[in-house]
Amino acid sequence: MASNSSSDRQRIAQQRLRIIAGHLQGPVDSDSTILAAECKAQGSKTDVSSERKTVPRRRQEILKWNGWGYNDTRFLFNKKGQAEFTGKRYRLSGMIIPALQNWFEGTFGASMQHKSPAMPILTSSAVQPPTLNEAFVDELKSTGIPFSHDAEDRVFRGHGHCLHEVFALREGKVGRVPDIVVWPNCHNDVVKIVELACKHNVCLIPYGGGTSVSSALECPPEETRCIVSLDTSQMNRILWIDEKNLTAHVEAGIVGQELERLLNESGYCTGHEPDSMEFSSLGGWVATRASGMKKNIYGNIEDLVVHVKMVTPQGVIEKGCQCPRMSTGPDIHHFIMGSEGTLGVVTEVTMKIRPMPEYQKYGSVVFPNFEQGVACLREVAKQRCAPASIRLMDNEQFKFGHALKPQVSSIFTSFLDGLKKFYITKFKGFDPDRLCVATLLFEGDREKVLQHEKQVYDIAAKFGGLAAGEDNGQRGYMLTFVIAYLRDLGMDYYVIGESFETSVPWDRVLDICRNVKARIIQECKDKGVQFSPLSTCRVTQTYDAGACVYFYFAFNYRGLSDPVHVYEQVEHAAREEILANGGSLSHHHGVGKLRKEWMRETISDVGMGMLKSVKNYVDPKNIFGNRNLI
Amino acid sequence: MAVNALYSHRDPMLKKRDDFEDILEERRNSSDLKYALRCYTPVLYKGVTPCTSSMLKSMVLQSDQLHYVINQVSKETGKATDDVKEEASAILEEMAQCLQLSTVRFFAFTLTKAFKTLFRSICVNEDGIQRLQQAIQEHPVVLLPSHRSYMDFLLMSYILYTYDVALPVIAAGMDFMGMKFVGEMLRMSGAFFIRRSFGGDKLYWALFSEYVKTMLKNGFAPVEFFLEGTRSRTSKSLTPKLGLLNIVMDPFLKGEVFDVNVVPVSISYERVLEETLYARELLGIPKPKESTSGLFKARKILSEDFGSIHVYFGQPVSVRSLAQGKVNRCQFNLVPRHIPRRPGEDIASFVNDSAYGLVRAQEENMVLKPWVLVASLLLQHHHQNQAAGQKRGIALGELTAQAVWLRDLSRQYGAFLHWPDHIPPSEVVSSSLTLHRGLVRVCEEKVQLAVEQAGGPAGPGPHSSVAPEEELLSQAVIVLSCASYRNQALHVFVRPALLALAIHTASSNQKQEVFNSFSFLRNMFSNEFILCPGATVQDFEEACYLLVKTGALQFTQQEVLVTERGHSTLAFLSSMLDPFLQGYQVVCRFLCEEATETLTEKQFIPAVRKFIKKHLLAGRLRYMEVLSSDLQKNSLAALLRLGAVWKMKGVEQEMLKVNKVMVNSLEDTLGGKLPTQKAAVARL
Repeated sequence: MASNSSSDRQRIAQQRLRIIAGHLQGPVDSDSTILAAECKAQGSKTDVSSERKTVPRRRQEILKWNGWGYNDTRFLFNKKGQAEFTGKRYRLSGMIIPALQNWFEGTFGASMQHKSPAMPILTSSAVQPPTLNEAFVDELKSTGIPFSHDAEDRVFRGHGHCLHEVFALREGKVGRVPDIVVWPNCHNDVVKIVELACKHNVCLIPYGGGTSVSSALECPPEETRCIVSLDTSQMNRILWIDEKNLTAHVEAGIVGQELERLLNESGYCTGHEPDSMEFSSLGGWVATRASGMKKNIYGNIEDLVVHVKMVTPQGVIEKGCQCPRMSTGPDIHHFIMGSEGTLGVVTEVTMKIRPMPEYQKYGSVVFPNFEQGVACLREVAKQRCAPASIRLMDNEQFKFGHALKPQVSSIFTSFLDGLKKFYITKFKGFDPDRLCVATLLFEGDREKVLQHEKQVYDIAAKFGGLAAGEDNGQRGYMLTFVIAYLRDLGMDYYVIGESFETSVPWDRVLDICRNVKARIIQECKDKGVQFSPLSTCRVTQTYDAGACVYFYFAFNYRGLSDPVHVYEQVEHAAREEILANGGSLSHHHGVGKLRKEWMRETISDVGMGMLKSVKNYVDPKNIFGNRNLI
Repeated sequence: MAVNALYSHRDPMLKKRDDFEDILEERRNSSDLKYALRCYTPVLYKGVTPCTSSMLKSMVLQSDQLHYVINQVSKETGKATDDVKEEASAILEEMAQCLQLSTVRFFAFTLTKAFKTLFRSICVNEDGIQRLQQAIQEHPVVLLPSHRSYMDFLLMSYILYTYDVALPVIAAGMDFMGMKFVGEMLRMSGAFFIRRSFGGDKLYWALFSEYVKTMLKNGFAPVEFFLEGTRSRTSKSLTPKLGLLNIVMDPFLKGEVFDVNVVPVSISYERVLEETLYARELLGIPKPKESTSGLFKARKILSEDFGSIHVYFGQPVSVRSLAQGKVNRCQFNLVPRHIPRRPGEDIASFVNDSAYGLVRAQEENMVLKPWVLVASLLLQHHHQNQAAGQKRGIALGELTAQAVWLRDLSRQYGAFLHWPDHIPPSEVVSSSLTLHRGLVRVCEEKVQLAVEQAGGPAGPGPHSSVAPEEELLSQAVIVLSCASYRNQALHVFVRPALLALAIHTASSNQKQEVFNSFSFLRNMFSNEFILCPGATVQDFEEACYLLVKTGALQFTQQEVLVTERGHSTLAFLSSMLDPFLQGYQVVCRFLCEEATETLTEKQFIPAVRKFIKKHLLAGRLRYMEVLSSDLQKNSLAALLRLGAVWKMKGVEQEMLKVNKVMVNSLEDTLGGKLPTQKAAVARL
């Protein structure tokens, strides 16, 4: 690691030299980037973080340009037809997953013979030349803030990870993308950029981790102004930690894993762990009202945020103190949280931090059926004793999880597995096609964790649940990080899919799960999908008054002329079904442009008017013109 | 697609219907006992939660819905909740079915014996059964048979048992419970009993709806009920009752099940067992109360021939696809679903439209026998001859020729006619006449209705040996029985017939004029025939389409022209509705001339009946059918709906108040004396 970071430093130093040389030579080439002078506002003394940056400006150096995650990490079927997970980054990396192929072929009717590979590289001719606002560019140059209009940089910031976005990239198709990418280094840089944007009437689209699944990053095709992507990734420092109040003041561009890593170095954590935390940024969480896996202990983003600074065309909005709660009219944080980049750029956030937990323990419970599982989760929520995380997967997802078991090292383990299976299905009489599993994560001091664990298992037992070991639990959570990579594997073999989420009152959880899954299956059939789809769900968060439900849906698209369109129709129908069953438009993914059409019925006419009038005041010229939300 | 199945009236000729299979044939060739004891393993709903009848009851009593209502009732009445609970459990006890296979087997055995003697065949469309099997596996199923006879639900269960399909639970009227032993037998074969009226009784309603929904949601069994609410005494489909349909659609609308499949079933009897009973009832000869001993007395009918039965299981209709775009299911999001609420306007009209659509689906698949056509012709001849003072019937040859003409016409109109084409038409006609020998008389190759039983000539005569009123009634029994067969075909002809009548009564040939007239008549008769609410334009277009297609009408830019050969068709069609027209007129006249200030609803039928008898005996009325209480009730309902008559709270009972000016002008408009536009009701 040390050698790694020193080589990084070397690389950066070289780059710097090159660019300074460039400055001396005169105007920059179109494909080169400019590096900022050091941000004057922030002295390096207050910067408690170490120098390593997980996300470089040229993201394509470590991340896939047309798929999920790191370049070095992917699933593939090797020559023997066995699934393999490459790279070294994950627990599953470098392992063989023997059961995956069978599951994959059996579930989707896919075949190793039918491949649908992606275009290996982006042809720059596919990218439209940038529409530049010369006056803006000139003034931007004079600020010294780095920017680029290189095709790869622009394409990378023109999309999130919706299926249609990734599908198009794999086919080498690129629509409207930002014309310039700019990398502010600090809050003041952002202030300057926003001022310039207002002055020259260019459109700004903030970019954090690029993990959006709501078409939020798509450039509105009707936008004729120059579009500037404001990439916050270089604003990634922890500015201070306040151990008296247990808060940390952090730049909004930091990504989740980096934030946790740096805080851990000081013995703290935020505990905010959305599934995308490897790549998603703090600013993005605030802008979308994100939710973390361990919200039961730490809370969702709205519970974690103490103070936010956002740069808008009207100036900077922030509260005048760092108080835990205020009665000062509507909370202005709630204009910022969930604004999805339509009002401004979040630059700095003060967040609650907690001492790192002393002890962590995974666990799992097998239930004879989904109904019992939901009843158990409801009871756990009622007694308010939910562990850090509790998730209930349905039968299909349970089987999916099983297919991802890596090759076992000894005969003994496989014998044990067989024994477990025998015990559950034969001895306890669980139907393997109906049973489902809840995964648990406990956190805290050891004694309390063990006590808590017992309490939860006792409740589970009342609903016919059997403890099924730590392994199953841990594998369940690992799945959340690798599942996005699996989608890319599917897309290599004519399988497309996506996940979406909702929140719903307790009394409707079972109904919504059943109906949405059935609707997906029916719509696929009606739309001519030749193979039966995978349609599965999990109850992934519990609240006092309801739960968050997560759906996965994928199908084999061989034989369809326009698979993405079919996919979108099915997803649309599924969302209608969710709303008809009393579910919300979104629990944590946000609205973006994908779900905009349902906003009015979700928040009423007056609600829309309120949001619009805020937008009109804050950003009358629609500088933040991504057209999300309203 | 299911929506199309329900509303595909545009081109009925394109309708492809399934073939039939006689299920009695096998019964005649193999052991009935073995059949009754055979292995019965129906496929069940995939989401079924296995439970017993008693578990069902406790599920209902423990449901949130019931808890809520029990608390509500206890608060309102001041009774202790435990007492209300007790009451609830007693009601449920009285209501619940307890389906037992052994009872079903008993019925399977005895019914086989009975069916074999009563009927020549029981024909079922097997494709329909297969579709039903499929539907049962996928979603909760509701069976909606037409209701013409007490036989209907026994027959349904019998057929389903025969085909190894899940046996239904059946909503039955409480009157069956009066039959001691039989009531319990029916309960054990799947019937559950509902009181005929329980308007304001919250607890009863909650129990009843929750009971039905619980059975449906859990996939316990298909739920069967009669959309028409009661047996149709006239063989016309009745205006659908919406209560139960509302209940079975509710679980879908509230998202408690993914979908509900509704299967309309059309049962047509070549000869209805209750034929003359119905006619007598309509004429006001009181019906015997259902009793076990009455049932035994009825066994003499076992020696008669009732021809064949056709049962057509229609295309399962998905409630989900019916509701698509019509109902906003989000309306249930803001109030807990177990709190009873009056359905919103969109739901009320959705259920109403669906109900009409389903009754029409029943009608469309109703098999028509040649006799239905023959009866229609004979009735018309009877009236024409009577008017002309002739006594002799129609020659068999002529009757056959006309029947063939009508056969072709009805086929063109999309009728589901079972006319054996391999047999010469004359034989078809005469075998129909033989089966219905109680209603017709064939004498010297001349056919006429058997109305001159007493030997004397029809009509009032001073020399008649029987009292003229009795004579009149006995003739009316024959006419009404015959009319009930004609009524089976009414749904095929009603739209073109209304148009024919409209052309006849309209003051000019102007298209608009004819439409106005059509619209008036359709509105007037919408309690009489199944005419979907709000579908005036569609009905008009359908009628035009059929009459143009068959070459009876031509349309110019502005006018409607009757073609040379169209006159006879139009005359036939409009005289089909003449009895109804006259019936409504005479009711209007009664209300104008004889309605007193204190006329109650109860007194209405006897009074109008007396009035009509007087006029019939005096020879001032042509159609004995107007004696039918069904027609009289329908016309009163229409007048109430139109606001020409209204109810007013009286001292003891509700009084009928009559707007005589309006009723009078309605009568004139019906008679074509007043143009539709100028009529007082035009604004309706």
